[in-house]
Amino acid sequence: MLLEGWIYVCEADAIDEEDVIRFDSGSRSFAIYRSEDNDYYATDGFCTHEKVHLAEGLVMGDIIECPKHNGRFNYKTGQAKKTPACEHLTTYPVQVTDDGKVYIQID
Amino acid sequence: MSAATGHKRDYSLTGPERLRAMEKGLASAQWYTSPIPRKRLKELMQRRNGPAIRDTLIWFALLIGTGVLAFYSWGTWWSIPAFFIYGILYASPGDSRWHECGHGTAFKTPWMNEVIYQIASFMVLRPATPWRWSHTRHHTDTFIVGLDPEIAQPRPPVWRIILMEFLHLYGGPKDIKRMILHCFGIVDKEQRTYLPESEFRKTFWESRVYVLIFLSVIGLCLYAGSILPAMFIVLPSFYGVSLMLTFGLVQHLGLHEDVLDHRLNTRTIYMNPVFRFLYWNMNYHIEHHMFPMVPYHALPKLHEELKPDFPKPNRSVWETVKEVMIALIRQGKDPSYTIQRVLPATAQPYKYRPTSEEREVTDTMGRAL
Ligand code: FES
Repeated sequence: MLLEGWIYVCEADAIDEEDVIRFDSGSRSFAIYRSEDNDYYATDGFCTHEKVHLAEGLVMGDIIECPKHNGRFNYKTGQAKKTPACEHLTTYPVQVTDDGKVYIQID
Repeated sequence: MSAATGHKRDYSLTGPERLRAMEKGLASAQWYTSPIPRKRLKELMQRRNGPAIRDTLIWFALLIGTGVLAFYSWGTWWSIPAFFIYGILYASPGDSRWHECGHGTAFKTPWMNEVIYQIASFMVLRPATPWRWSHTRHHTDTFIVGLDPEIAQPRPPVWRIILMEFLHLYGGPKDIKRMILHCFGIVDKEQRTYLPESEFRKTFWESRVYVLIFLSVIGLCLYAGSILPAMFIVLPSFYGVSLMLTFGLVQHLGLHEDVLDHRLNTRTIYMNPVFRFLYWNMNYHIEHHMFPMVPYHALPKLHEELKPDFPKPNRSVWETVKEVMIALIRQGKDPSYTIQRVLPATAQPYKYRPTSEEREVTDTMGRAL
């Protein structure tokens, strides 16, 4: 089922537990996370420090660590947690449908 | 004099090379990374407290042990080798612990990284916060002239500075001067190129603590009528740095400048277990630059994964020192001289420059437009 105003990302099991994938839509890039409790989250795809895809980083609990300089964010709230990442990430609502599809709302 | 430009290049962070690198698309650029399955990389990136706690306890135990020997040998000829070993054990692991904890990868627990980072920063006399940002820039723009604050030597090399650095007499006073300026709320022009204003306050307070410790040590020496207290704290950051400097000089020197592939500008060197302990596996330096999220204890395994894509590692520190010295001597006459590394048949080709596509989609800070 296509939810109004939401964009299809992937099948829910396409993201490993406690991991992240990159999702591009138009000219924008997002990072989509699955936590260890199997909840799904979405943030901007680029680190706020420099242009690096966060999806290449490491998920540790609530934290995504950037692959370039090890800056850290709480991906659930978008909050920057360790320098050189200082600016927060924008987060986006995520829905997983009953038939196991992940959608995000980006506007 | 550079063969490319006919002029001696300006290695400062505030000179014309900075702009030139930006125009060429070398600032905050997309770097080459070797192929490695995501699943395997994720395994290697996992954090652990165990190895770093063990290594830290061993380090402090060695420092205390050699410190006791040095104390009792004071006034005899035995104090020379005793303090030499104490100094090496103070400065070399001080540098590598500063490095790993700065990346936040040594320990799993963030506060443990921070505590050791602060202690180690003091031990190597680096103002903790500015150096964290300097190292960040080093990772963004490794060996890009005008952007990397940690290029160990320009071309042609300045031998006077290299010799002075064996007793930390160039960088040490420079950083102490900066600490004193920080105490009065002053950040110099060069540091402002990589240190954001939001970090100034923290920088000032850290430097005030450092200076307070210096004053206390001086006071203690005056009270004791001997330099012995300073031989254990502060002075080892000068007399003990020879091995740390050697490790530092062989990381990148003699290799390519202004390229976007760490296989071209960085060395991986095989080292004996003692050196690997002191250096916390930073001899796997290409691996570290390419994947800085991999903790030191997993670097040997990462090396095994990436070997087919890398030039042959240097076989020992001694072999590398010779290679670097020969390169520096040659660069004295011909600054364009660069060591060429040969890739194995299994490797992807080198990446020297940004592709036109990458240049188009980023601005000078490397952010997507
Ligand atoms: S690019 Fe993410 S911390 Fe620097």
